[in-house]
Amino acid sequence: MTSYLLKGVSVLGGSPTDLLIKDGVIASGAGKADETIDATGLVALPGLVDLHTHLREPGREDAETVETGSRAAALGGYTAVFAMANTSPVADTAGVVEQVWRLGREAGLVDVQPIGAVTVGLAGKQMAELGAMATSAANVRIFSDDGHCVADPRLMRRALEYVKAFDGIIAQHAEEPRLTEGAQMHEGEVSTRLGLTGWPAVAEEAIIARDVLLAEHVGSRLHVCHVSTAGSVEVLRQAKARGVRVTAEVTPHHLLLTDELAASYDPVYKVNPPLRTAKDVEALRQALIEGVIDIVATDHAPHAVEDKECEWAYARPGMVGLETALPVVLSVLGEQWELIAERMSRAPARIAGLTGHGTDLSPGSPANLTLVDPAARRVVDPAELASRSRNTPYAGTTLPGRIVATFLRGEPTVLDGKAVK
Amino acid sequence: MIKHLKSAADLDAATATLILDTAGEMAALAGREVKKLPTLRGRTVVNLFYEDSTRTRISFEAAAKRLSADVINFSAKGSSVSKGESLKDTALTLQAMGADAVVIRHPASGAPHRLASWVDGSVINAGDGTHEHPTQALLDAYTMRSRLGKIEGLKVAIVGDVLHSRVARSNVLLLTTLGAHVTVVGPPTLIPLDVAAALAPGIKVTYDLDSVLADSDVVMMLRVQTERMQDSYFPSAREYSRRYGLDAPRMRKLPEHAIVMHPGPMNRGMEIAPEVADSSRSTIVEQVANGVSARMAVLYLLLGGKA
Repeated sequence: MTSYLLKGVSVLGGSPTDLLIKDGVIASGAGKADETIDATGLVALPGLVDLHTHLREPGREDAETVETGSRAAALGGYTAVFAMANTSPVADTAGVVEQVWRLGREAGLVDVQPIGAVTVGLAGKQMAELGAMATSAANVRIFSDDGHCVADPRLMRRALEYVKAFDGIIAQHAEEPRLTEGAQMHEGEVSTRLGLTGWPAVAEEAIIARDVLLAEHVGSRLHVCHVSTAGSVEVLRQAKARGVRVTAEVTPHHLLLTDELAASYDPVYKVNPPLRTAKDVEALRQALIEGVIDIVATDHAPHAVEDKECEWAYARPGMVGLETALPVVLSVLGEQWELIAERMSRAPARIAGLTGHGTDLSPGSPANLTLVDPAARRVVDPAELASRSRNTPYAGTTLPGRIVATFLRGEPTVLDGKAVK
Repeated sequence: MIKHLKSAADLDAATATLILDTAGEMAALAGREVKKLPTLRGRTVVNLFYEDSTRTRISFEAAAKRLSADVINFSAKGSSVSKGESLKDTALTLQAMGADAVVIRHPASGAPHRLASWVDGSVINAGDGTHEHPTQALLDAYTMRSRLGKIEGLKVAIVGDVLHSRVARSNVLLLTTLGAHVTVVGPPTLIPLDVAAALAPGIKVTYDLDSVLADSDVVMMLRVQTERMQDSYFPSAREYSRRYGLDAPRMRKLPEHAIVMHPGPMNRGMEIAPEVADSSRSTIVEQVANGVSARMAVLYLLLGGKA
């Protein structure tokens, strides 16, 4: 196994030091290495962990595969991603989650951890075999019907309770379906002007309020996917103050973009939950800084060209995000490396119970890390993305930071900003 | 002159006034024995209709033909669209045929905006989803001006399902641009969120039709689809009609000179009583005739007119 010496690297923005990677772990002290990387001016972060990725395989390999999504993730600085269950077939059995897990191992670019569906076929009617997925080779701990809300309160309660047996967690896509029938964008001034059916903030907030009460009642853990409104932040703040075991994520796009972008009717800005107002963006940023929102998760949602190059109402919701997540977060938070490491690596690994990721870059730790050049600026060009899909809302935008290298258990997956395989 | 007419917000007061003045000249033409102008000879206008709309399509067709344009009618039924062709592929086909203007009616809001990014010719919005219908607003403004002599300062009540109405959105925008005072009226469930902030900060909102009648120069009744009842926007057609329908007793509250408008097709007995629709205040038939003149003016100015 090739050893690497990262010369003059700044760990989490600290003063320059040398970091030796040997036999898959961070070695103690300096020393000789097979390869030396001049890391002057580069910042080392623990490898990023994404709790919310759509890899589309099986079923929509034209939009993304486990391999192309893994490559995009590595290029974005990730060493572990959690693959959502809304594939075709749905990841609601041990067989499907094991298939995804195996494809991830074969790609070997990031650790791919499947998320299991809460209900059979994401239909919201009958609980899937959560225990079978938990004890499968994929070792599933996070369950989600993402894309759909577990709307039935009784079923949600049972799912929250049931997964306690194997320390699982339910990740809820909070959207009261009756309030969002036909919804196309955030309900407000802009939706009124554009004549697009509104997705009211209360449809998210009402479900989060219900679910934190359910989680409190049964003493379970709840994770809230892609929080998008200022009102949701307040519900979470109160729940956390009461001691409810709830965690929450925000996407990079909800930290940066607003509903005004829909005015172009270009579905590249169509996403679920929708882009909200500047006031919501401000509340989400504040919540992320304070820790009311625990993590950043990409909701990387690749879509084939024909599913986006059409009328707004007919387009599928979602944006690709793995390769731009860290630059977007850098542009929002600035170079707060400690905070970034917490929100994008340590906390997501902790929530998922994922060992070996999100650890400090100290001797003996698994060498899962990424090197960032914070001084670099990049104009996003959809054609350059490693993802199989091109639906980025940042085309032409200049973003700070460039991921120079990523290491997975001591093996480089990205070097000189390029995927190793 | 603007290239596309996607929204009534594309029109400033000067441009809108020019279109209305031009529509007046076009209307004068309708009285002549030969109703045709050679202006758009050799130009191609495509009517691209994804929704059934006999009156709007015929109106645009008549307008283009009176300007001597070649007209191609492309309706979603019985075309490649029913075989699943995308809007983009259809646009590229029209582009290859050399369409100078595409008039589009589409059930999805914003479809004209998408189309405009794929074709070189002018795009004219003939109604997109629940968004806008700018030529309807132009013909309505033209009708008001010919009946009442002006638009600036007029008090206009737009009544009914504002939430789902593309006619209402375009009218609010255009009438406000032209200096009218607009009040939107309807049950709270059918008034969109933040409507004033979204469309025109000066407009008023009321849920009480009776309170505005005595002080209105124009009452514009919107079509209300009975299927809204199933979605609990209101309890029954009868209750809707009682609270928001324009019947004879309500019409008597209007000032002597006030007019009653409706974009059609009407639900007689629902939002408008037959005796109101057929009264001398009603401009409903005039609106249809004025539609051709207004659309001629739009085609003329967007395509041929060097104004």
